[in-house]
Amino acid sequence: MKKLAIGLYLAITAALLAWGFYQAIYVAPADAMQGEVYRIIFYHVPSASVAFLFFAISLCGSIGFLAFRRNHANWAQIADAWALAGAEVGVVFCTVVLITGPIWGRRAWGIWWTWDARLTTTLVLWLIYVSYLLLRRFVAGPQMQTLAAVLGIFGALDVPIVYMSNRWWRTQHPAPVFGGDSGSGMAPAMVTALMWNMLAWLLWGLLILGLRYRVERQQQKFAERDAQVALEA
Amino acid sequence: MTSALWTHLVKDLRIEWRSREAINSMLFFALLVVVLFSLAFSPRGAFSQEISGGVICVATLFASMSALNQAWAREIRHQVLDAQRMAPTPGADLFLAKVMANFLFVSIVQLVLAPVFLVFYNLRVQGQAWQLALVLPLGTWALVANGTFFAALSIRSRNRELLLPLILFPIFMPALLAMVLATGSILTGDSDPTLWIKMLAGYDIIFTTVSLLLFDVVLHAE
Repeated sequence: MKKLAIGLYLAITAALLAWGFYQAIYVAPADAMQGEVYRIIFYHVPSASVAFLFFAISLCGSIGFLAFRRNHANWAQIADAWALAGAEVGVVFCTVVLITGPIWGRRAWGIWWTWDARLTTTLVLWLIYVSYLLLRRFVAGPQMQTLAAVLGIFGALDVPIVYMSNRWWRTQHPAPVFGGDSGSGMAPAMVTALMWNMLAWLLWGLLILGLRYRVERQQQKFAERDAQVALEA
Repeated sequence: MTSALWTHLVKDLRIEWRSREAINSMLFFALLVVVLFSLAFSPRGAFSQEISGGVICVATLFASMSALNQAWAREIRHQVLDAQRMAPTPGADLFLAKVMANFLFVSIVQLVLAPVFLVFYNLRVQGQAWQLALVLPLGTWALVANGTFFAALSIRSRNRELLLPLILFPIFMPALLAMVLATGSILTGDSDPTLWIKMLAGYDIIFTTVSLLLFDVVLHAE
């Protein structure tokens, strides 16, 4: 039954990804001002949303670990696995954002990169979570999870400050497309295409996140068993 | 000020007074960075006014790495850190004493370095010079408070000297930005640094509070 559900989920995700691709490339009309290059938004924006969501999951995992580590060891392990999975898969999606952004920027702005609020925040966010993953690599032993959780909380705290500081500094990224001033908004066909892609990439991201979580839980169990064997020997 | 905090602080100051390791190494390192930058960019005129704020902040940042690592590496020897974990005083005292000691060291380095810096970069302060007395301490506090915290965090990893800058630099970025922009605008006199000073103060308050709250977790991580 479980296998069937996973298979069904996989099939739906694959179909949605294909459907999203069709919508983005063939159905959505070319932009009046930017032409074809704007289509990158159908990959840029969903990846960014998924990355931010997963970093939020990672933060919740970090807080959960610190909260449960004394009384509910098992819950704490689960929270830690979510923190790791969220950070790792989030970094992958954030990388996609950081690659697709400059490709679009080169055509639309004439430059690859600019130190604008959202660009800088995303880059710093990426750097913080890469340093988080490095910390998990470098520190050995059971204290690693506690230290990583602390760093995860510090990193999340830093994000709004980076964002505000850069907003005061300079901003070039397009103003919010939805719910912005007059002149914002998209043609309905574009919105539909964007929504399909959002859904497809979210499902895909959740699938990878779930797999990464499973792998981490397995590794925790193996480590526990090894420790048990070492104790008994 | 509690007596535990005072004891830690006096101990750190006494060790530094006898060895002068941290201040000397930081001073020389910062001097090297200033000379290297000046060779690499050969700053003149308005250009040197513009980049000097960034150079002095980055020089301080790089120089403080060794001192921050040393601050805790010293406690690892002879299992002093384990003794401190068992001591019935709050970890926040230990943390705050270390921050204050390191703050003093880095500030001394900046004071000694400032004249050298003015000479090498031919600087004239064109804004309100007294504001520098606000920006540099605030920026240094941000650096030292976060640095001490993350040095304690990375001290038990395999290659701790390497890990500290890797985790500190990303977190420190907004403070560095505010510090660089504030110093730059004071030196050039082009714009008003008040906003950046406020931001630095806010950063200091937020991160010092969180560090004090979470330091016990890091100290007793097992």
